[in-house]
Amino acid sequence: MSTDTTDTTQTAPAPRKRSIFETLELDTRLLGMIGAFILVALIFNTLTDGRFLTPRNIFNLTIQTVSVAIMATGMVFVIVSRHIDLSVGAVLAACSALMAMTQVRFLPGTVGLEIGHWAIPWITIAVGIALGALIGAFNGWLIGYHGIPAFIVTLGGFLIWRNVGWYQTGGQTIGPLDQTFMMFGGINGTLGGTISWVICAIAVIFTIFAIFNARRTKLSHGFIVKPLWAEVTLAAISTGAIVGFVAILASYKVPDRVVARDPGRFGCEVAEGCAPVYGLPISVLLLIAIAAIMTVIARKTRFGRYIFATGGNPDAAELSGINTRLLTVKIFALMGVLCAIAAVVASSRLANHSNDLGTLDELRVIAAAVIGGTALSGGVGTIYGAILGALIMQSLQSGMAMVGVDAPLQNIVVGMVLVAAVFIDIQYRKRLGS
Amino acid sequence: MQPLVEMKNISIAFGGVQAVDDVSITLYPGEVVGLLGHNGAGKSTLIKILSGAYKMDSGEIWINGEPARIQSPRDARDYNIETIYQTLALADNLDAASNLFLGRELVTSLGFVDEDRMEAETRKIMARLNPNFQKLNEPVSALSGGQRQSVAIARAVYFNAKILIMDEPTAALGVHETAMVADLIQELKKQGLGIFLISHDTREMMELCDRVAVMKNGQMIGTERVEDVTEDDILSMIILGKNPKAAA
Ligand SMILES: Nc1ncnc2c1ncn2[C@@H]1O[C@H](COP(=O)(O)OP(=O)(O)O)[C@@H](O)[C@H]1O
Ligand SMILES: [Mg+2]
Repeated sequence: MSTDTTDTTQTAPAPRKRSIFETLELDTRLLGMIGAFILVALIFNTLTDGRFLTPRNIFNLTIQTVSVAIMATGMVFVIVSRHIDLSVGAVLAACSALMAMTQVRFLPGTVGLEIGHWAIPWITIAVGIALGALIGAFNGWLIGYHGIPAFIVTLGGFLIWRNVGWYQTGGQTIGPLDQTFMMFGGINGTLGGTISWVICAIAVIFTIFAIFNARRTKLSHGFIVKPLWAEVTLAAISTGAIVGFVAILASYKVPDRVVARDPGRFGCEVAEGCAPVYGLPISVLLLIAIAAIMTVIARKTRFGRYIFATGGNPDAAELSGINTRLLTVKIFALMGVLCAIAAVVASSRLANHSNDLGTLDELRVIAAAVIGGTALSGGVGTIYGAILGALIMQSLQSGMAMVGVDAPLQNIVVGMVLVAAVFIDIQYRKRLGS
Repeated sequence: MQPLVEMKNISIAFGGVQAVDDVSITLYPGEVVGLLGHNGAGKSTLIKILSGAYKMDSGEIWINGEPARIQSPRDARDYNIETIYQTLALADNLDAASNLFLGRELVTSLGFVDEDRMEAETRKIMARLNPNFQKLNEPVSALSGGQRQSVAIARAVYFNAKILIMDEPTAALGVHETAMVADLIQELKKQGLGIFLISHDTREMMELCDRVAVMKNGQMIGTERVEDVTEDDILSMIILGKNPKAAA
């Protein structure tokens, strides 16, 4: 441990001039990742003559990222606790298969609910989540209580679950899925302009409130807070980001031919003069909600803190009275639940279930978490980092596809980016001395 | 007087190594009992049985005159046993407050972890134990050895222990900080705590302890009141594994 360097700074407490980032208390790693993302976006935008940064492409990029990003938030907890889950893509397929069979065959056929019954999507999602939780808990039990390495348990799961899905469907593609269910998939479920702007306003008010409420609490405990201008700047940047994001999605117009097919869907009597926009996709809202919940779990609940403590020092966690075995079960069960939710998004985006859904997702999800700064040695990782990691990966892939890079070269680039990201991260940590 | 802790005929083996071999020891309220012996003598293992980290193979633990069942660190905490481990047992990636309250976080009325209150409490106790302590918001991996040790000490002291186990608590401390720990031990002793103290510094032990117990190769060589022995007696017990007084 490099205690030497930190000690010298401590014995010389001369008030050093603080950089602007320090005053704002912004995470330099977060800034680095946002910078990398912007760089990638700008490069592809130049290479595609401006086709990369159109509302349409940004819309597609976000909805393509959601499923992997949802699982990546759970993978952060798995990796932080020094485990790994190689089975997420397979579990996604198994959950998707069960949900497809439930909504297309079982509920309308065996139970006899009429097609389009309001309860079908909700029963389906509950069943899928239950299966995900069960598979995850079972994995966690083998790992936590029986000491089988997570690598082995989930490598087995990788081979098992997709094929269990195959037997559920007989290998067939199952569809079309329920109309309401498909609202979670992206282009089939968007909120339109008005509601998007209402949500935007709520988000802005909430963000500003959260920033100043945190300041008030800190002051009431007599802690040092950052200067008021710094808080205001932070609030302004956050507001700008939220408004900008919504503005882009709300400027993506529904093509005329789609409106002509069913003007009623967009609240118009006739297609003439009806110029609807897509606005926020429900799947993106779902991801934002999951990210918020997972962040609260990580920072504000005992469960989340024990995950980080166990990852930092398993012996210390055990000696502090934490039940690390049960904790492992909970972590993997949560991962399974997130796989099931990702399965809802992934299958409804494609409007049906096919057996190869989520193939290679385990690698994308792990890469997203790792690019986002989650350390495989345990104890370190953030939810927002993993989501940004997923977004960067997806941008690279879509961007290269748009530019027309050969598929093999695409994989070579993604592989190199993964290794380079971890390399930079390790150098950064060394410099910080932690 | 009723003993606070009685450990009777404790044994534990790891594979072929008999780490603790039929050891008995008692601790009274307001008393400091020192454990001495070479590295590998079995001191840490013995106290880890009391703190719930290891399960003994045979033997009994009595607390306040009643048989106690200590199967896990959680059980030990229920008996108000707090431990400063030789390895400190800190999660390096977390800050001081998170470590201090690990496993016993303060929560708000909604059940969320109350970070601000934990930080405020940590400030208070650190101001008492180590006024130089500043780095409250950094992971403990960024702290010096002495500061890390203060965090481990704070954690043991904060929760109103009745029985305190200190396994080499001053190993990484400077002269000044060591003196502060000595003061702390005196203060806690006055409050009626019973303290098991492990250290290699025989002179320090003669000053701080009421009784010293010497172990060698997992066995208890003898327990003596500090008034009744000289430093040389203790040293010969440690080295030769024989109690000169018992032999006489
Ligand atoms: N977890 C363990 N596994 C195997 N052997 C152990 C373990 N803990 C302690 N030992 C062994 O028990 C003996 C006593 O060790 P310890 O109690 O740490 O000694 P001390 O604290 O007196 O230096 C040593 O031989 C050590 O190697
Ligand atoms: Mg020891």
